[in-house]
Amino acid sequence: MKEKLQQIKEAALSELKAADCDTEALRVRYLGKKGELTAVLRGMGALTPEERPVVGQMANEVRAEIEAALAVRVAEEKEKALNDRLAREKLDVTMPGTPSRMGHQHPLTRAQREMEEIFIGMGFEIAEGPEVEYDYYNFKALNIPENHPARDTQDTFYITDNILLRSQTSPVQVRVMEKQSPPIRVISPGRVYRSDALDATHSPLFHQMEGLVVDKGITMSDLKGTLETFAKKMFGEETKIRFRPHHFPFTEPSAEVDVSCFVCGGKGCRVCKGEGWIEILGAGMVHPFVLENCGIDPEVYSGFAFGMGLERVTMTRYGIDDIRLFYENDERFLKQF
Amino acid sequence: MNLSMKWLHDFVDVSDINIKDYCDKLTLTGSKVEGYEVLGAEIENVVVAKIEKIEPHPDSDHLQICQMNVGKGDLVQIVTGAQNVFEGAIIPAALPVAKLPHGVVIKDGKLRGVESHGMLCSMGELNLTVHECPGKEENGILILDECFGDKLGMDIREALLLDDTAVEFEITSNRPDCLSVIGLARETAASFGRELKVPTPAVKPLGDGDKVENYLTVGIEAPDLCYRYAAKVVKNVRIAPSPMWLRMRLSAAGVRPINNIVDITNYVMLEYGQPMHAFDYTQLDGSAIRVRRAADGECFKSLDDIDHVLDSSMLVIADEKKACALAGVMGGANSEIVDTTKTVVFESACFNGGSVRVTAKKNGMRTESSARFEKGLDPENCMAGLMRACELVELLDAGDVVDGVIDVYPTKTEQTVLPFTPARYNAFLGTDISEAQMIDILTSLDCRVENGNIYVPSFRADLACMNDIAEEIMRIYGYDKIVSTKIVAETTEGGRTPKQAFGIQVENALYGMGLDEIQTFSFISPKYYDKIRLPEDSALRRSVVISNPLGEDTSVMRTTALPSMLEVLARNQNFNNENVRLFEMGSIYLPDADTTKLPYEGKMLTLGMYGDADFYTMKGVIENLLALAVANASYTAVSNNPSYHPGRCAEVCVGDKKIATFGQIHPIVAENYGISVPLYAAEIDFDALFAASTADKHYKPLPKYPAITRDFSFVCEEALEVGSIISVMQKAGGKQCEGVKLFDIFRGEKIGDGKKSVSLRMTLRAEDHTMTVEDAEKITKKVLFLLEKELGLTLRG
Repeated sequence: MKEKLQQIKEAALSELKAADCDTEALRVRYLGKKGELTAVLRGMGALTPEERPVVGQMANEVRAEIEAALAVRVAEEKEKALNDRLAREKLDVTMPGTPSRMGHQHPLTRAQREMEEIFIGMGFEIAEGPEVEYDYYNFKALNIPENHPARDTQDTFYITDNILLRSQTSPVQVRVMEKQSPPIRVISPGRVYRSDALDATHSPLFHQMEGLVVDKGITMSDLKGTLETFAKKMFGEETKIRFRPHHFPFTEPSAEVDVSCFVCGGKGCRVCKGEGWIEILGAGMVHPFVLENCGIDPEVYSGFAFGMGLERVTMTRYGIDDIRLFYENDERFLKQF
Repeated sequence: MNLSMKWLHDFVDVSDINIKDYCDKLTLTGSKVEGYEVLGAEIENVVVAKIEKIEPHPDSDHLQICQMNVGKGDLVQIVTGAQNVFEGAIIPAALPVAKLPHGVVIKDGKLRGVESHGMLCSMGELNLTVHECPGKEENGILILDECFGDKLGMDIREALLLDDTAVEFEITSNRPDCLSVIGLARETAASFGRELKVPTPAVKPLGDGDKVENYLTVGIEAPDLCYRYAAKVVKNVRIAPSPMWLRMRLSAAGVRPINNIVDITNYVMLEYGQPMHAFDYTQLDGSAIRVRRAADGECFKSLDDIDHVLDSSMLVIADEKKACALAGVMGGANSEIVDTTKTVVFESACFNGGSVRVTAKKNGMRTESSARFEKGLDPENCMAGLMRACELVELLDAGDVVDGVIDVYPTKTEQTVLPFTPARYNAFLGTDISEAQMIDILTSLDCRVENGNIYVPSFRADLACMNDIAEEIMRIYGYDKIVSTKIVAETTEGGRTPKQAFGIQVENALYGMGLDEIQTFSFISPKYYDKIRLPEDSALRRSVVISNPLGEDTSVMRTTALPSMLEVLARNQNFNNENVRLFEMGSIYLPDADTTKLPYEGKMLTLGMYGDADFYTMKGVIENLLALAVANASYTAVSNNPSYHPGRCAEVCVGDKKIATFGQIHPIVAENYGISVPLYAAEIDFDALFAASTADKHYKPLPKYPAITRDFSFVCEEALEVGSIISVMQKAGGKQCEGVKLFDIFRGEKIGDGKKSVSLRMTLRAEDHTMTVEDAEKITKKVLFLLEKELGLTLRG
């Protein structure tokens, strides 16, 4: 009987090594209810009580050995089958992806949102004001009386003698100060209008972003610090800013503000026209006349204001050379942002 | 303002400073330099030469061979084609290798076999005109005056005083004092810490007993428009060209030399910033000058021979009969200085800036003079300018200055005195500048600091408050020395309003749904209302109208953003862009009935699509936006909106409030934009959408019990809206109807003309138990009963 078991084991193990082995048939043949090993076990009754446990143990060992070998073989086959399938399923990863529609933010909005986020982080709110505005807010309240030469530099669209299309976002300053008492920290992005014919660098409609801070003890160095923080976040940590004296009727002192060229870092290049600096902002300390006009005591409070052209910043930033592209809305342009 | 550096050096010496450094420094102290031009920089190796001998060219009937004395040793042979040369003529000669303007290079060469070692130059070849070289032939070789005979070999730039640099300044409107050489010299001196030397002009008395009162009286009849009027008379005038140095300085400043008297007025304007005028005295009627308002409709011919009709807002300088000058703007043709002028009146006055500005604008002639006056000039400067003009008359020997001066100066402006508060300046600027340094800076700007007060000079009307003084100190101290600090103050909330935040949410959702954002002009042509077929009586045709538009295309503020969207869609179609989906978040402007009030500015969200989109693509986007707003909307067919397809247009309402209109654009409208493919658009009132939105998101527990679905198919009339079938089913299903979905719609021969087959799936679920088949049957029966009763529908067999 022992020999029989030994034979069964060797036969089964050798069959399992064969390449075309049918593992399920093999299992049935040897280990099934009518299998050879089962048949041997059934014949155990003929053995002496002494032999029985010995042969029984051997039979169990043979069974375990065959089962183990079978399991290995089955696992191998499964793995091979999987590998074959995976190999068949190989894809050409260089083929283009299935298009999934994605809309694009207009570059002006993109720049505007970016700026808004920077100032919101510094505690600013976003103020809005009308585009069709009273002369008073656009000019008079900003220390630009009638026949002031500054009115020449901003050729204005008029609706009536008294109502115009705002030529700057600065009127929002006045509206905010009339409504709200300090502390004030607002920015106001929006559309402005000047009667310039449309060409590559001029548009009768463009966007500005105004900023206003009024509080006790606000200094000109706070203005510089605030704009420097903005410039670094907007154009990169290495960015420097430069103040040049200038004149605006509604700020005193006033400055034109340059940022170091973010393309060449200030060495001079095509973008900054060899200057190393790019003018992007007008700024200054709010004129006491303007504060007084809005009911804020300039002896107690001081403040600063700044304004910049969104198109200019966006054009410099993305290397756009024609302002008309913003308003043509050619999808091939829009999809680049 | 163009500044001749040579002229500047009359008043402050900065000849040791490199021109680039000079320009940078002045820009940083507030006088912005736009650029500079080294005059004659393009000219090289051109010298003063004398023609010693002329021989005809053996092989040419027009060329001549000149032997030139160029101031050193051997004669130089130059062949010329010019006919105005003669032996002994002194001329500019370009000697190889020489460079001339416009990139011309002169080399040795042969002309018809004869060697030529250079070229004789005309004025044009040196970039000069008859204005700089009066009395010279324009087309021939420039024949220099004999006095150049002792300058043979001298560089022509030096000989003709071309060796100057002109710096172009952009002066801000608050600093008319800097529209002058002396003003810029003062800024230069303050910027570099140099001494400013301005001599007081003086005229020697003629002492012939003649005096100005023998010629003239002046009366100011409009003292609100003329603050001061000073005049002097010059007799025995000898009109001639100005000397070269004066002509060249005017040229460098961009002013054309004319004759000595006119040049003097321009020279003084440039040097002192005081516009001057010169009249031909003999052309005046009578001896009384009246400074008066023009009569309405009064005619006036200006120096440039243009006729103007004046009105009473304008100030004129008149004699007893006529206007002789438009005050501060331009003189009249009737009293112009001509070659035969013998007696001249010099006017040096101060006019009201606003009035000059309006007058110049109304008459369409902005002049160097009006550009200065309109910024508000200093009446104290009149006399210095007048005396300088007379001093120049003496210097140029242009006439005899009659003794005495007329000076009508009704109200002298008081000097501004401001408190000197150094601690406050520092606190305001965030600086730590010493008091002594502040005093130095102010003194260098001619502001006298004494006993805690600042005495502001009369030419600085712009200095009126603490901020102004702080700026003066800061700009000379250096804007670059301002440190950067963080604001130390009460915390502010910051952030966006709920509406602004919702706007961004909506935009982000639209990007996610594949729509590209556009921005279009807010002003349009009124014709656009025709293009979208707005009815003649539509309220939207009443727009805010621009009174001075650039053109008809941009003449009214839009009351609808639809035309702008359609235009952009059309443009993209022309560019062959496929499958375009766009949106614009823009404003519309609805005028108030009361035109003295501002219009209502509303926010409209406009969507537009063509290509792989249809009505339901658009509706899907709108449904998503309403879901974002958590608003329950109803959709109603609209057949009478003339911009849209009558069978493919819907109105979206939340409650009673209309939120949007959308659909396929009417084919005629599409055709108006030159498009034949279907266009889809939506006009969403963003303000209404926001008002209808509820921020209230509430969690609904996930279902615990399984649902049962039942499918229904009906054949119905084409006209029956699926929406009404669904609402009947929902009503019948009651609380246990979780939803009804359209899963198939079918039309075809089998069904019959004008009919459609609609298949809907209803989901039924109970909240507290597993729904049984019996439950579902009961509901199904109710649904079928109601559908038949209300819509006459029976299940498809």
